[in-house]
Amino acid sequence: MKKLLKYLKNYKKELVFGPFFKLLEAVFELIVPVVMAKMIDNGIGNNDSGYIFRMGGLIVLLGVCGLGFALTCQYLAARCAYGFGTELREALYRHINTLSYSGIDKVGTASLVNRLTNDTNTVQNGVNMFIRLAVRAPFLVIGAAVMAVMIDAKLAMIFFIAAPLISLVIFIIMRKTVPMYRKAQQKLDRASMLTRENLEGTRVIRAFSRQQEEIDEFREAVDDIADCSVAVGKISAILNPVAFMVMNLGIAAIIWFGGVRIDSGRLTQGELTAFTNYMTQILLALVVLANLIVIFTKAFASANRVSEVFAIEPEEDGTAQVSGDSENILEFRNVSFAYEAAGDSSVSGVSFTLKKGEMLGIIGGTGSGKSTLARLIPCFYRATEGEVLVSGRNVQEYSLSDLRRHIGYVPQKAVLFSGTVRSNMTWRKADASDEEVISALKTAQSWEFVSQKPEGLDAPVSQGGKNFSGGQKQRLSIARALVGKPDILILDDSTSALDYATDLALRKALKSDMAETTVIMISQRTTSIKDADRIIVMDEGQAVGIGTHEELLESCPVYREIYCSQMNEKEDGKNA
Amino acid sequence: MLKTLKRVFSYAKPYMRYFVLTVIFAAAGISLSLAVPVFIGEAVDCCVGRGEVDFERLKKIVTALGAMVLFSGLFQWLMSLCTNKLAFLTVRDLRADIFNKFERVPLRYIDGHTKGELTSRVINDIEIISDGLLQGFTQFFSGVMTILGTLIFMMTINVKIALVVVLMTPLSFIAASRITKASHDSYMAQSRLRGDMVALAEEMAGNQKLVKAFVYDDRAMERFGEINREYGRIGTRATFFSSMTNPTTRFVNGLIYAAVGLLGSLGAIGYSSFVGAMSVGRLSSFLAYSNQYTKPFNEISGVFAELQNAVASAGRVFDVLDEEEVPEDSDKAVLENASGQLSFRNVNFSYDPKVKLIQDFSLDVSPGQRVAIVGPTGCGKSTIINLLLRFYDTDSGTIEVSGRDFTDYTRDSLRSAFGMVLQETWIFTGTVEENIAYGVPGATREQVIEAARAVYAHGFIKRLPKGYDTVISEDSGLSQGQKQLICIARIMLMSPPMLILDEATSSIDLRTEHRIQKAFTKLMEGRTSFIIAHRLSTIKNSDTILVMKSGNVIEQGSHDELMKKGGFYSQLYNSQFAT
Repeated sequence: MKKLLKYLKNYKKELVFGPFFKLLEAVFELIVPVVMAKMIDNGIGNNDSGYIFRMGGLIVLLGVCGLGFALTCQYLAARCAYGFGTELREALYRHINTLSYSGIDKVGTASLVNRLTNDTNTVQNGVNMFIRLAVRAPFLVIGAAVMAVMIDAKLAMIFFIAAPLISLVIFIIMRKTVPMYRKAQQKLDRASMLTRENLEGTRVIRAFSRQQEEIDEFREAVDDIADCSVAVGKISAILNPVAFMVMNLGIAAIIWFGGVRIDSGRLTQGELTAFTNYMTQILLALVVLANLIVIFTKAFASANRVSEVFAIEPEEDGTAQVSGDSENILEFRNVSFAYEAAGDSSVSGVSFTLKKGEMLGIIGGTGSGKSTLARLIPCFYRATEGEVLVSGRNVQEYSLSDLRRHIGYVPQKAVLFSGTVRSNMTWRKADASDEEVISALKTAQSWEFVSQKPEGLDAPVSQGGKNFSGGQKQRLSIARALVGKPDILILDDSTSALDYATDLALRKALKSDMAETTVIMISQRTTSIKDADRIIVMDEGQAVGIGTHEELLESCPVYREIYCSQMNEKEDGKNA
Repeated sequence: MLKTLKRVFSYAKPYMRYFVLTVIFAAAGISLSLAVPVFIGEAVDCCVGRGEVDFERLKKIVTALGAMVLFSGLFQWLMSLCTNKLAFLTVRDLRADIFNKFERVPLRYIDGHTKGELTSRVINDIEIISDGLLQGFTQFFSGVMTILGTLIFMMTINVKIALVVVLMTPLSFIAASRITKASHDSYMAQSRLRGDMVALAEEMAGNQKLVKAFVYDDRAMERFGEINREYGRIGTRATFFSSMTNPTTRFVNGLIYAAVGLLGSLGAIGYSSFVGAMSVGRLSSFLAYSNQYTKPFNEISGVFAELQNAVASAGRVFDVLDEEEVPEDSDKAVLENASGQLSFRNVNFSYDPKVKLIQDFSLDVSPGQRVAIVGPTGCGKSTIINLLLRFYDTDSGTIEVSGRDFTDYTRDSLRSAFGMVLQETWIFTGTVEENIAYGVPGATREQVIEAARAVYAHGFIKRLPKGYDTVISEDSGLSQGQKQLICIARIMLMSPPMLILDEATSSIDLRTEHRIQKAFTKLMEGRTSFIIAHRLSTIKNSDTILVMKSGNVIEQGSHDELMKKGGFYSQLYNSQFAT
């Protein structure tokens, strides 16, 4: 939490002068009733029209100054809040960029986005309101009380009963309603989920003719929302009327006891008027204060969520540069790895070496540790035991950005970014030429459909690549990793949406176009990896077999099982 | 705009009584609370000075004041209750209505919009209508009432000073509207920038792992920093402009306050005959009125801003409600005991009239036959499903089921004759049993288990934490294959005469895939089946193969016929299985 304060340090002036000007405005505002009281008491009392004009002018003057002060404060507040918010966001994003995969896993990317956008905004808004109101509202309460005491200390006792009473009401109601609001929000979320599920499953629902049941279920959910909202409304609606009652009963009391004081000559009529004015002011300020508490509570919660991200240690980085002079481009020495959240190892005791230009296939069922194994190579995750070596050196010693620049990575889920085909293709290499991009697209079997677009490489890509089909997205995401010919290419089960013919063409192209590149191909299908120079068979985190296709057929029962179950298909085809 | 408003309020009609009550309570509560300053003024007039206090009268006034305050508070509370009921119940009906509509519009409409966008109409837009229109309306209403009431009370005290106040009123409006205008542009720019920033953050931070893998972080930082700084710059301006409203109206209020004090005091000393005589107490109640006079103006202008949003939201909601519905067909025949015989007769279909797809397609399928649909990725295989289940209607030509044009049957009965398992599984939030029994709501536990057992799903379901009572959802941790098995069990339980199956291409682990394959085979026994096929064995064991390319059926026939023909199919076949 304290850490966030340092982003305010460029805005010290605003932080001091903002509230100061606001305070001045409040002081002026408090003086007005006094002046008005004087105008009534002296002006009317002495029948002095000149005095009345002077005082009237003074009130206007006070108003003008007040306006000036207030605007100055608002400006300083906006400057401070947005300056702070901008620096905080920038620092936060910079920090997010230093996080390791394990660091990202701690909060999750969806939550990171939320913290980067919504939470920083809430904190920023908190700072804004702090400058604008945090000094003013309490000051008005205290100031009005002090003024009242100065006029008549005894009568002011009524203030000290009414103000805490109102505060108490505000407190009790908020404590009761906040959890109820949360519950109402949950009900709304449920309705949202139902709608989404319903739209996703329209075909199924209609195929099963279950529309009416869906409607009934949704109806129940919205009834629930309505009931819950009405229930909260019942309680939260108490706040204003009760505050109004307490304040006005206080005023009634002030008048009654004030009457007694006037009768004994200790209070004037004008002072009584001022007194009732202060009472009104206190109430208004207290209501503002209550809202302020809500804003600050939210801002503090958001600030904590932002701080949590800052508290995650950045990724350790080495300094070594990758040099291609080692014969073994990749080596695993007895590598084990366990995710921080999970107890069991996802990879245990894996060893193998791979020469430059060779192809490695990794096969195994879901959850067997295939992808995890590959993620250790670009040092996305660090081996918990053993060593991963690239070009003869432990990956942890490398400058990670240099290491990763030598590796092309194609994730399981194809993600494209809004922009153009070209802007997506230059992710790996910012200054890639059109020839490089086109050759990568050709290898990845995507040039055909890209070149058919009227804009070619400048064809627009919408967010998430929604304007491309699943298979096209996958091919583009492969092409993206090929641009600039990486030394190592990792394909993490990235051809699942491709039909056999395209898959085969892709593999052929990879072999001929990327001969220098060491390819690591993860797959569920033996056909995809059969021709690899080496195949690792993963089962429950263990490498249960390493070797060529022929060797594994001989020696590895798991591989044989997989192969046979898939080959049956094929044999069926050939024999028929 | 007026039409939209009218329509929203037509939804409030069943809750008219709450509306009437709101008005009554508002009138009572507001007029009582407005009378308070008068009584305070009267009371102050009772306390002229030392020894000049009329306690007798004061007591009466203070008692009356107390009672008024209590009742006014009570009425205000009741008013809020009625407003709440009015708003929440109206909104509930509106939500239910739009959801109903989703069940009735043609699929073309749902396919043409993103799910997120449509969901947002049900949730966010309606929330905005609730906040802006319904609650805003009562705020507006009570604001206007307060202003009018204040004016009336001021008039009763002193007509001339009241007129001065009225004459000064436009000041407040002019100031507010000037500021709103000035801030509007920067405000819009700010929200646009914020949208851009969130979009960028979602793409970059949302795919942070990819950003790291491609060492794109510096470039991402640069892009983010640029938008962020611009947002900070514009945001400062927009926030400053919009924060000018309060001090400015406060200032105008101060002016009115000063004017009233000045004129009132002058009147009290009889300085000018213009104002007329006035007591100190009346002056103080007048001052109290002028103090609260401009507040409702602020609120009303706030309501107008929200109103615009709400009308826009309501427009989006009514757009959905105005969509044409699939025509009612309960008077059509009910398809019962379908034999499984089916034929396409010269069917033409396209999604977009400019892009021709299915052209003059005919096919006869006898009961129990298997039809495989094959073709490269994205060739439009799902179009056939859309037509068979009447998710979309043919442009011309017909499909016959059990020897009769299938549009003669009710859609519901036609669809229940088909069982469909898609690659994109659909699991709703509920127990495993509820998910399996989706098509047969009355099914017993035994029937559910039997169906699951038949399709090899019983084993893994049994191992779930609560077996068949485990609550599952689309992303509750079941593997894709397991989800598909549950969908297959669902169909098994229904036992329809015709099937539509979608074979998996995606990453399902091998053992499960094997199981799914066996489940499909079991399911197809004796049923007419359409299979979107990727596996050679499935394709070859079919009676008819439909070869599709670019959305159109280009070849049809048995495997041997097609191989002999040497067309696209044989090409496809050779490329797929050549090593």
